[in-house]
Amino acid sequence: MKLKIALFGLCTAALAGSALAEAPGGKYAREAEQMFRASFRADNPKYWMSRLEQDETMKTCGEYRDNPPRKIGEKLEKLNKASIRYPVDGKLIGDWKEGEKLAAVGTGGHIGFIQPDPAGRVRGGNCYACHELAKKEVAYGTIGPSLNHFAKIRGNSDEIIKYAYDKIYNSNAFTACTNMPRFGLHSWLTPEQITHIVAFLMDPESPVNKD
Amino acid sequence: MIQGLIKTLAGAAVAGLFAGPLLAQDSKVSDEIAKYREALADGNPADLLEVKGEGLWSEKRGPKNTSLEQCDMGLGPGKLEGAYAQLPKYFKDTNKVMDVESRLVHCMVTLQGFKPEEVTRNWYSKPGTESDIEALVTFIGAKSNGVKINVPATHPAEAKMAKMGEYIFYRRSGPQDFSCSICHGQEGKRIRLQELGNLTTKDGAGFAMKTWPSYRVSQGAVWTMQRRLIDCMRQARWPEPNYLADSIIALETYLQKTATGTVMETPGIKR
Ligand code: HEC
Ligand code: HEC
Repeated sequence: MKLKIALFGLCTAALAGSALAEAPGGKYAREAEQMFRASFRADNPKYWMSRLEQDETMKTCGEYRDNPPRKIGEKLEKLNKASIRYPVDGKLIGDWKEGEKLAAVGTGGHIGFIQPDPAGRVRGGNCYACHELAKKEVAYGTIGPSLNHFAKIRGNSDEIIKYAYDKIYNSNAFTACTNMPRFGLHSWLTPEQITHIVAFLMDPESPVNKD
Repeated sequence: MIQGLIKTLAGAAVAGLFAGPLLAQDSKVSDEIAKYREALADGNPADLLEVKGEGLWSEKRGPKNTSLEQCDMGLGPGKLEGAYAQLPKYFKDTNKVMDVESRLVHCMVTLQGFKPEEVTRNWYSKPGTESDIEALVTFIGAKSNGVKINVPATHPAEAKMAKMGEYIFYRRSGPQDFSCSICHGQEGKRIRLQELGNLTTKDGAGFAMKTWPSYRVSQGAVWTMQRRLIDCMRQARWPEPNYLADSIIALETYLQKTATGTVMETPGIKR
C-alpha cells in the first residue's frame, strides 16, 4: 500500500517535471528541424551535410536541454559505453609528449567556404578549450573541471588509466549529455592518439602532474 | 590619416592581446581589452563605417536610382530610431519574420532594383573588399543606441520563430557533439580565455545582444549578428548556413526575445 502511494507520488512528480520542462521548440520542434536542414546549400559535399545527423544521444540530450532524467541518462551511458574500442595491442598509455601536443591543438575539422581549415590540418583534442591541464598553460577554458595533477590526485592504477581512456573515447559513457565531446566515437582522435593523451594525464613526468 | 592612426592603435592592441596570454594571467588580458576600449572610447573604428552607412542610406543607387530613405524597417518608411532594437519582427508585406539584414536586402531589391545575389555577394568584408551591408547595418544599429531591445514575439509568426530558435539552440550534432547550449548555456564559463555568457537568461543574452553590430579587434572588421552566428556554427564544425537563412533569423528572434528590456550600446567593440 505504502509502496503504491510512493510510486504514485513518483509518477506525478515525473509528470510534473516533464510538463515543466517542455522540450525545446515545443510543438514546432519537427518543423524547426526541417527549417534548420533547409538552411544549407544543396550542393554542399555529402560529408559536410553528414555533420547535421544526430544519433540517439544527441537527439535525447537536446530534448532534455542537456539534463535527461536519470533513467534515460543511464540508458544513454550504457549505449555509449558499448561503443568504446581499444588499440589492437591493448596498451592504453602512449607517449605523453605527443599527448601534450594533441591536448593543445584546437584547430582541424572546420568546414565551409568562409574560413575552412586547410586540407590535412591536424585535428587535436583541444582539451585546453575546456580544461586546465599543465600549470604553465594559462590560456585554458573552464567549461570542464581542472585536470591539473590528475594522476597525483587520482593515483595511476589500471582502473584510473582505463577510466581516462574511456572518458576521452566516449565521455557520455559516464555522464550522459556532458558538454565534453566524444573523441573516439566520432573518430576525431584515433585510439592511439587517445593513449598519448592518457599518458599526458597519467605520467608522473608529464607537466600535468609534475609542476 | 585618422584611419591610419586607428589602424596603428588596433595593431598595438592586437599585438598586446595575443602576447598577453603567453606571459600573464587572464586578468591581464581583460586589462588589455579594457585599455583598448578606453583608447578608442571616442573613436570606435565602427564609427567610420557608420558614417559610410549613413551616406549609402541616402544616396540614390541601383537600377532604379533611388535611396533607401523610404525603406520600412518595421516602424514605418524611413523611421530608423529604435528600429534595430525591435527586430526581428513579422512583416505583412512579405509575410515573413525578418531581421535587420534580410529586411535591408529586401529594401535594396524592391526600392533600388538590385538583384538579391548582387547585394549579398559581399555581405561581409574581406581584406580589400568592403561590404555595403556591414556599413548600412552599423548605421541602422547605431540608430537604436540607448533604446531598449524590444522583441516580445507576440505575433504568432514571431512566437513560432522564437520557439524554433530555441530548438536550434539546444540541437546537438557534428563530430564534437556541439550545440549552442554547450558553449553558451552556463554562467561564468570560458573557452580558452574567451568569456562566454549564458545566452538563455535575460542578463546574459542582454549583455551579448546589446553590443551588436560590433567591431571585432581580432578580425579588424565590424561583424553583424548574421556573421557572428554563422561563425559560431563554423566553430561547431557544422557546414555554414546560407546568409539570411531562416534558422539564423530564428536564433536571433530567440536571443532578442530573451534580451528584451536591455538598453542597446552599439556599435560595440569586441575581442
Ligand atoms: C567542450 C568542452 C570539453 C572539451 C573540449 C574537453 N572536455 Fe573533458 N570534460 C568536459 C566537462 C564539462 C567535463 C565534466 C563533466 C563530465 O564528467 O563529463 C569533463 C570531464 C573530463 C574528465 C573527467 C574528470 C574527472 O574528474 O573525472 C576527463 C578525464 C576529461 N574531461 C579529459 C578531457 C581531455 C583529455 C580532453 C581533450 C582530449 C577533454 N577532456 C576535452 C568538457 C570538455
Ligand atoms: C565551440 C563553442 C561555441 C559554440 C558551439 C557556439 N559558440 Fe557562440 N561564441 C563562441 C565564442 C568563443 C564566442 C566569442 C566570445 C568572445 O570573443 O569573447 C561566441 C560568441 C557568440 C555571441 C556573441 C556574444 C557576445 O557577448 O557578444 C553570440 C550571440 C553567440 N556566440 C551565439 C551562438 C549561437 C546561437 C550558437 C549556436 C548556433 C553558438 N553561439 C555556438 C563559442 C561558441
